[in-house]
Formats: sequence, C-alpha cells, structure tokens
Amino acid sequence: MKDILLPVAHVFALVMMVFAATMLAPLVLAVWGLDPALSSFVISAFATFFLGALLWLGTRRFKRELKTRDGLMLVALTWVALPAVAGFPLWNYLPINFTDAYFEAASGLTTTGGTVLSGLEFLPRSINLWRHLLSWLGGMGIIVLAVAILPMLGVGGMQIYRAEMPGPMKDRKLTPRIGQTAKLLWAVYAGLTAACIACLRFAGMDWFDAVCHGFSALALGGFSTYDASIGHFNSLPIEMVLTFFSVLAALNFATHYLAWSERGPMAYFRDAEAKAILGVLVVSCIGVAVFLYMKGNYPDFSTSLRHSIFNVVSIATDSGLHTQDYSRWPIFAPMWMMFLSCIVCSSGSTGGGIKMIRTLVLAKQAHRELNQLVHPSMVRPLKVGGSIIANKVVFAVLAFVFLYFMSIVTLIFLQLASGLDFMTAFSAIIACINNAGPGLGLVGPGSNYGVLNNFQTWVCSAAMLLGRLEVFTILVLFTPTLWRK
Amino acid sequence: MKIIILGAGQVGRTAANHLSREEANDVTVVDQNEEILRDLQDRLDIRTVNGNAASPRVLEAAGISSTDILVALTNSDEVNMLACQIAWTLYRTPKKIARVRAADYTEREGLFGENRVAVDVWISPEQLVTEYIARLIRYPGALQVLDFADGRVRLVGIRALQGGPLVGHELRTLREHIPSADARVAAIYRAGKSIKPEGTTVIEDGDEVFFLAARENIRAVMKEMRREEAPARRVVIAGGGNIGFRLASELEDKNQVKLIERDSKRARRVSELLRRTTVLLGDAADEELLLEENIDSVDIFAALTNSEEANILSAMLAKRLGAHKVMALINKPSYAELIESGSIDVAISPQTVTIGSLLAHVRRGDVVRVHSLRRGAAEALEVVVHGDADSSKVIGRRIEDISLPEGTTLGAVVRGEDVIIAHHDTTVQPDDHLILFLTDRRHIETVEKLFQGSASFL
Repeated sequence: MKDILLPVAHVFALVMMVFAATMLAPLVLAVWGLDPALSSFVISAFATFFLGALLWLGTRRFKRELKTRDGLMLVALTWVALPAVAGFPLWNYLPINFTDAYFEAASGLTTTGGTVLSGLEFLPRSINLWRHLLSWLGGMGIIVLAVAILPMLGVGGMQIYRAEMPGPMKDRKLTPRIGQTAKLLWAVYAGLTAACIACLRFAGMDWFDAVCHGFSALALGGFSTYDASIGHFNSLPIEMVLTFFSVLAALNFATHYLAWSERGPMAYFRDAEAKAILGVLVVSCIGVAVFLYMKGNYPDFSTSLRHSIFNVVSIATDSGLHTQDYSRWPIFAPMWMMFLSCIVCSSGSTGGGIKMIRTLVLAKQAHRELNQLVHPSMVRPLKVGGSIIANKVVFAVLAFVFLYFMSIVTLIFLQLASGLDFMTAFSAIIACINNAGPGLGLVGPGSNYGVLNNFQTWVCSAAMLLGRLEVFTILVLFTPTLWRK
Repeated sequence: MKIIILGAGQVGRTAANHLSREEANDVTVVDQNEEILRDLQDRLDIRTVNGNAASPRVLEAAGISSTDILVALTNSDEVNMLACQIAWTLYRTPKKIARVRAADYTEREGLFGENRVAVDVWISPEQLVTEYIARLIRYPGALQVLDFADGRVRLVGIRALQGGPLVGHELRTLREHIPSADARVAAIYRAGKSIKPEGTTVIEDGDEVFFLAARENIRAVMKEMRREEAPARRVVIAGGGNIGFRLASELEDKNQVKLIERDSKRARRVSELLRRTTVLLGDAADEELLLEENIDSVDIFAALTNSEEANILSAMLAKRLGAHKVMALINKPSYAELIESGSIDVAISPQTVTIGSLLAHVRRGDVVRVHSLRRGAAEALEVVVHGDADSSKVIGRRIEDISLPEGTTLGAVVRGEDVIIAHHDTTVQPDDHLILFLTDRRHIETVEKLFQGSASFL
C-alpha cells in the first residue's frame, strides 16, 4: 500500500503547492482592504505551501511515472483532501465547526453552491472572494489546471484528466498533447469568465460583485455574495447576462473552442448534446412560465416568464443562483427543475448530473430495444449526432447510471435515518449530487444547509464529491483490486 | 513540429514512441484498429484517430491542414503513396514520408517528386534492415555498423574481448598501437551503463565500445578490441521472406549462401530469382536438416523469418549445433534485451534500424542522418553546420570550446572529401559535417539548438 500511495502523494504535494498559490488572491484583497480575515489567509497559505513542500521532499524517493490506478487515486485523494485545506481559512476566521467549513469548501470546489453561512453580505470581502474562487477553480478542475501548468505529468496527465473530466467518452483530445488540451480548455474558460465579468459590470454590478458572480456563472457554482442571491439586485439585465453565460457554461468547452477556432457557430449545430440541451431548456422555461401564470403565482405572463427563465436555467444547469424562493412554487415546477438538474449539462462542461450525452445514449438504446422487439433480426448501430456509439460505451453508461441512482437512494436513506424529513432529504441529496446548490424544504433557496446536523452535513459533502467525480472515481477507491499490488 | 503517423504497426508505434517523447513534437496516429489506438494512447501523450489513412475526412480529423510532416507507415505501399498524394494535393503538407516496400516502385526513376507522386522521402524498412545485416556480416565481430557521410565514416559497436591488444589499456594508447589509423571512441558501456570515454579510461573485457573511424581504418581499430575474426564465408539464412531474399541476393556473389524456407511455393519462387544461393525447403528449427547442411562449419546463421519466437529458437539451436555466429530478427525490445546476453550474438531490431531514417527528417537544423542506438536510449547523428562565425555558435571554434551537453561526444568532422577525426584543437568550419554521439537522447534539444545557429531563425 505504501508503494501505491506514496508516489501519488508526491504529485499531490505539487498540487497542494499550486493550490497554496491561489490563496494569494484573497490574501492580496485582504491586505488591500485591511480585512480582518488577513491573518487567516496568511496562516493558511503558508501552512499549505509548507506542508506541500514537506510532503514533496519526503516522498521524493518514490517519484515515478503515474499509471492508470495512480491517476484515479490522485484525483480522488485531491478532491477528498483539498476541501479540508481550502476550508481552513473559513474555519479559522468564521465561528463555524470543521464539518461546516469542509462542507462550504467542498460546495465551492465541486461547484455545488449550497452554503452553510448566512449574512453573506456582512462577510469580509476576502472570504467571499475565496468562496467564489474555489468554485471557479473547481469548475474546470484543479487537476486539469495542474495538467496544464505542470509539464512533467506527461502521459500520466491523460490518466488523471480522464478521471476528472465529466462525460463518458474522453479519449478525443483537442490537441495531441494533453498538457496543451488542458491549457486550451482553461483559456476558453478564463476568456468566457472575463467576458461575463465585463458584462455584469456593464449591467450594473460593482467590480467585486461582478467578479464573484462571473466566477459563479461560468463554474456553474451558485455561490453569491448576498443571502437573497441574485434576487438582491432585482435587475433584468443582470439576470439576462447570468442566464446567457450559465447556458454557455453548461455546453461542452471543447465545442466553444471549435466554434472560436472556426470563427462561426457551426460547431454548436454539429454538437448533438448542445442541440438537445437548448431544446430542453427552451421548452421547460416556457412550460414553467405558462404553468406559474395559470396557477396565478404571478400577475402577468412577462413576470412569470422572467422568473421562470432565470430560475429554471439556473437549477437545470446546476448553477444554483436564484431570484425567487421557488420552493414556494407549486410542487410541479421545483420538481421539474430538480429533474432537469440531473440530465441537462453537457459532457465537458462545468455542470454536474448524469450529463446530456448519457441521457441521449440511454434514450437511443431504449428506442433500439423497442425496435428490436418489432424486428427481431434488425441490425442497427446506436448513433448520437451521426456518430456511432460503441456498445462498450453503452454498457459503461448503464453501469454509471445504475451506480448514480444507487448512490442517491443510499444517501437519501442515510438522511432519512438521521431524522430528516423526506422532502429535505430527497432534495438535498439530488441538489448535492448534481452540484446544483439549493434544495427544497429546510434547505430551500430561502434558507441554507446550516440547519443540518454534523452527520447530515457530511452525507451532503460526500454526495457533492461523488457527483463531481461522476461516482466511479470515488467508488473505485473502495474496490480491493485497486489496493492490491 | 506537428506530425501525423499513418499506421500503428510495429514501425508506426516505435516512431510514435520516439517522436512523442520529445517535448517539441505533437504526434497524431491514425489507424483502423481501435484497440491498438486505445492502448497506444494510454501509454503515450499523443492523439489518435480511428479510420482509413488515405481518406481526406480522416486526415482532416487528424489535423492535416496544419501538419508539418506526414509519415505514412501502413502496410500497404499504395495506401501510403495515395495518402501522401492527397496530403499534398489538398492540404500542401510540406513534408511527406512514405514507407514503400516494393522494389517495382522504388527502383523506378522519376516516380516520386514534384508533379509526380508526391512522396518526398521513401523508406523501405526491409531494404534498410538488409543493408544493416550485410554490413554486420562484412565486419565480423561488430554488434552494429552504421554509415555516416555516404559510408565514408562509420560508427562501429563492438564488444571488447580478452585478446584484443587495447583491452586492459588506457584509451590514449590507441594512437601508439596503430599510428596510421585515427579513431575516436564515442561511448563505452560497461554492464549496461555508459561511462565517459577519456584518455585515461581503461577498456575492460566485456565492454561495449562505440568508435568512429574512416571506412578504411575500421578493421584496424576492431583488431585492437578483440582478436580478429576471419571474414565470413558460409552464411545460412533462415526465412525466404523479403529480408531473407534481399540479403541472399546481396551476399551470394561473395559468400556461400544457403537459404532455408519452409513454404514450398515461396522456396520455388526464391530459387528462381536467386542465382548462386542454395535454397533448401524445410524448417529452420529442424535439427536433422541443419546437421545435414553442416551447420557446425557455418560462419553466420541469420534467422530472419516473420516470427520472432521462431527466430530466437532456431538461432539458439544453430548456435548449440556449432554455428560460429548467430543473428536473429527480433521486434520486441524486451526480447532483444533478454537474448543478447545469452547465446544469440546479435539481435536485429527492424524498428530501431528504421527509426533513424525518420528521425533525420524531424530534427531541426540540417541533420542528414540519425541512427537510434541501444533501443532508443542513445542517438548518433550527422549535422551540417551553416553560416559563419557570427551567426553560428560552433563555426570558427575549437572543439574544446564548444559546450556540449553531458554525455555528448563530437567524434568526427567530414570536410568535403576528407574525414577528420575530432581532437580538442580541431576547428569547425562552415559546411562541415559533424558526427555526434549522444549517450542520453534527452539532450537532443540542446544539441539541436546549438547546431541550428541563429541564421535559420531569420
């Protein structure tokens, strides 16, 4: 076991040192604004870097090329351990226990966006920036960032890239070199974030809020600097900007890159996932708007449409920003939004859930089975968007969806056993495993995850990590073969 | 450098491995077998594309429009040539290298070139391997013989054995032993590890020594390392395939050649094409047959069939039955390592022989020839330096003033027709061909930069 863990720890140490560098951003802001949280960030940054350096030196003897299993282990280890490191400044500064600090940091890194904190507008700016920065880093992936900037990962880079990137088919690279592919993806991500920040500033936010919400929108994180989230601004332009960029972030970033390099939108039309996502979103927004208007929630259709569009898109894309307490809407609407949050996001996006490509594959597979009943000797390959999906992929998707739903069921039972009511337990697990953010009931948009006890909070943290790494990467840690020599 | 490799066969995979290890290269491999591609992508940092290598759609998916070099290595000559033609016609790919086996194509003057079939360089692995074996047979005792400057300078790898006058002595005494012939020891490997050759280094029994010398001096230097062996007279070749047949036809005038082929049709065909070779129908691992053909008095037994396992077994058998020296054609690098320390004298790896001719085209600067050595760990190359004392980091300087990376030896300079063995006070002049030996190929980029000169940036 020592031979397996220590070489991984050696690379993890590097990731820690890179991560320590990201703490400089809130630190600088704290210095600039004479922030009370300054000392927490100074201690955290130094401690993280120092521990990383110590670990790196201590495990130098075990340095070797990463193999497939090392890649899985590294990604799992990073995602389980980093929230503890990232939560340290929060735990150190705020009057919260370690469980809540871990939850908050995990919620940021996994881009869930559920929070245990209230009175967000009264927190020091450095703390808020750190929460949003965590979302942003976790959105494209800490490991993908490490692959982009640490050249020596090389071949091992592909293994860990695969363990972190969402989606069933990841062998296709934008460029021959994995390091370059990672760089391109981060460049597209950073570029879109900058555009979003500029638009938000233009739409009326101040720079600080624009940066924080820009991070939230592109990472599909869902953290806000206000308890009332975007409802605080009550501004149509801001909602439109955020909706637009949330939809972009829910599409495959590789498609964005292709569209950019071709200087035209044709890439989106070739992307079967993008077409399905846009279709589902348009139909759902209009449907929910009509439903709310008919139920009399809003006096006129245009208000109904405005709130429907922002909140449906936000939850469906697993962002989690909100303008209304939609848990008070008739139960059909929030439940439909919860359902969308499971399926809408694209592979290779920053969102969570089972991803649209898997939904499409399963739908086509079901269709194929039905046809096969009518024509028993029919031969038909499974195609999505004109390209053939190998049976191997179909099986992998089936296994994934099974594990995904079993995880949901198991975690809901754990929550129920701990004494939570059904609606809260169900919606909290769905929202956490899809990295969406607010649930319904006690953890709805009008409230937050602070009401859960320690055990329930840990279950939610586990759900977020399972969802972000698409179940397999975490569950593989529990398979005995991984630990055998 | 953006490189597309078509075909993930033995040579294609080796090429992908060699090329992608260098940071500067972006490699994409195209093949029809998805399994092989997935396996390859797991081990190498490359992109793979599944599909027909000669299809424009597949080439586009592999990024042909921005590619610098297309290397077509599928097992069909026609697919390779067509792919190069398509790459040139549709995408103007600057350099196209194709594997072309059939002599019918390669011997035809004016088939390739501008306004013809758009193949800039063709390589025929069989041809290269045959030449390689033929050189080994010409120098009995050598492990490797590699040509530079059209064969005027050769790099010879040899195992030093007790009985050679230099063995047990310091390197600098070489000049006293043979005042007439100049040579430069480029590398010494002792128990698999490279040691720096200096004047005071003592050659030991069992060392693997690489030296550079002008063609006419090679025998004299070899004699210093081990007792001279009589030139090979009787040669037995196992396997009448492409390589076996070519080798037989190259050797049959000067040697007594026997060729064993187990397929009766092929045996018949080969016997029709060859003039003096005795073609035998049978199994090369058949003890009776070998004994009947006086295997114990054979100078060289070369097992060159398609099956490397069969090659190893028949070569071992021949050795046990008394063949003086046995060679086997082996693809897997791990096999080669296993058996070279055993009873087989020389393991010939077709990929290592072929890869050098590919590498020469990928290297920056004016590199004319590259030989990959020791299963890719070391490399020997011939570079032409251009420019003047201002634009180049090497021209006008004495060799001792050139800062070469560790483990790199500048062994010889070819100036016009002259071969100058490099000494510390040799001065480099424009258009010299320099022959370098790198014991660690990871330094290749430093070496490339050094010899590229600044002029090529303008």
